[in-house]
Amino acid sequence: MTIRLVVNGRPRDLEVAPHALLLDVLRDTLDLKGAKRSCDTQVCGACTVLVDGLAVSACTYLAVEADGRSVLTVEGLADGESLHPLQRAFVEAGAVQCGFCTSGMLLTAKAMLAENRTPTRDDVLHYLRGSLCRCTGYRKIVDAVLAAAETAR
Amino acid sequence: MLRPFTLHRPETAEEACALLAGLGEEAAAYAGGTELLLMMKLGLLRPRHLVDVKRIRGFGDIGLEPLSGRRLTIGAAVTHRAVEQSALVRARCPLVSSVARHVANVRVRNVGTVGGNLAFADPHSDLATLFLTLDASVELLSPRGRRELPLDDFVRGPWETSRASDELLGSVTLTPWASDTAAAYVKFGVHERPTLAVAAALRLDGTTGAGRNGRDRIVEARVAVGCVSLKPVRMAAAEARLTDLSIGDLDDAARAAADAAAAGVDPADDLYGSADYKREMVAVFVGRALRIAAARARGAESAARFPHTVVA
Repeated sequence: MTIRLVVNGRPRDLEVAPHALLLDVLRDTLDLKGAKRSCDTQVCGACTVLVDGLAVSACTYLAVEADGRSVLTVEGLADGESLHPLQRAFVEAGAVQCGFCTSGMLLTAKAMLAENRTPTRDDVLHYLRGSLCRCTGYRKIVDAVLAAAETAR
Repeated sequence: MLRPFTLHRPETAEEACALLAGLGEEAAAYAGGTELLLMMKLGLLRPRHLVDVKRIRGFGDIGLEPLSGRRLTIGAAVTHRAVEQSALVRARCPLVSSVARHVANVRVRNVGTVGGNLAFADPHSDLATLFLTLDASVELLSPRGRRELPLDDFVRGPWETSRASDELLGSVTLTPWASDTAAAYVKFGVHERPTLAVAAALRLDGTTGAGRNGRDRIVEARVAVGCVSLKPVRMAAAEARLTDLSIGDLDDAARAAADAAAAGVDPADDLYGSADYKREMVAVFVGRALRIAAARARGAESAARFPHTVVA
């Protein structure tokens, strides 16, 4: 099936099978390796990308569903060499350790801030539930998201 | 990795039903895919045809049932996120909005649907447990016509429903509680899916908060427990212990009701804990849910916080 979508701001026409998963198309066809395959069951959040601004698990999302839509991966966050404010906040807060969960955390946080510009700590925890990090203990990730929200105000 | 399949995208329920009837066991209805695609990845289901129901007119709608003008109908392809954000749901069934906000995680809520959740009949379904206290019924469509079934008859057991292979789940209809009802939904667990869930609703003989103006009799109690038995169940014995009581006497009655609920479930040993543990937790959490609902009846929000627990 032919799908027409926008990936990180760039229009793409792709030929994909109905059973192709968005994660495989991003990683293998478009060589965007930021979204990770980890649990493969929508539990961990490492494969999170935004489709029309909404966080989805690319591991369990058919690529054909992205037809006519706009997909954002972590590779599309920075503006050239200039980091996205969330990325900067993560660096400054020390919210990145091994980095495996980071792309999913950043995109999930971006989706949250688009809905709620003034999140409380509980709001952030609620939204990030289901985004797993085995290094940081979450505290610095939540600090980073709150700091980015503060900066954006 | 998924096995190849053919994707069908009908635009009417008739077309979808004809496809399901024609393809039989080879086909599966597909909406968000949050349950179906997982089962397919594991090889537990191997459909050669997926019938996408998201483009069917009405399947994405939330509205009042025309006949009664009071019951709330949610189309099968409505996402959890849409339920959470619907002003109509918030106005008519506020606890359904709150629970929708806590289904799984944000990625599943953005894509997963109400119909998929009910049709998969996972015994850990939040919606099925809550909807039992809202006298839910489901609409099943097929080339043979349309039928409506109480949710309790539709869900038969773990991952098992009374849907025939040519039938399509079209919508679920809820009966909102009377406005003088105080309710709570409490779920507990450390895994992705809850270990147990309790929905409790207490209808008083006055408006909510009536405890403050003297009318505080519980005229009807509804308690449902999910995750623990083979399917979510209404706890009639527990409900009977609460009816006709003053809300002020709830503390003692809640203990009796919680024990009755624990005696009424049919738990098994599994990953979520031993049967004995689950029975014990049912007693604990039915008590907590009732006390939270009772606090709300008095116009207060309970300040109690419990570990690994979501209160909606």
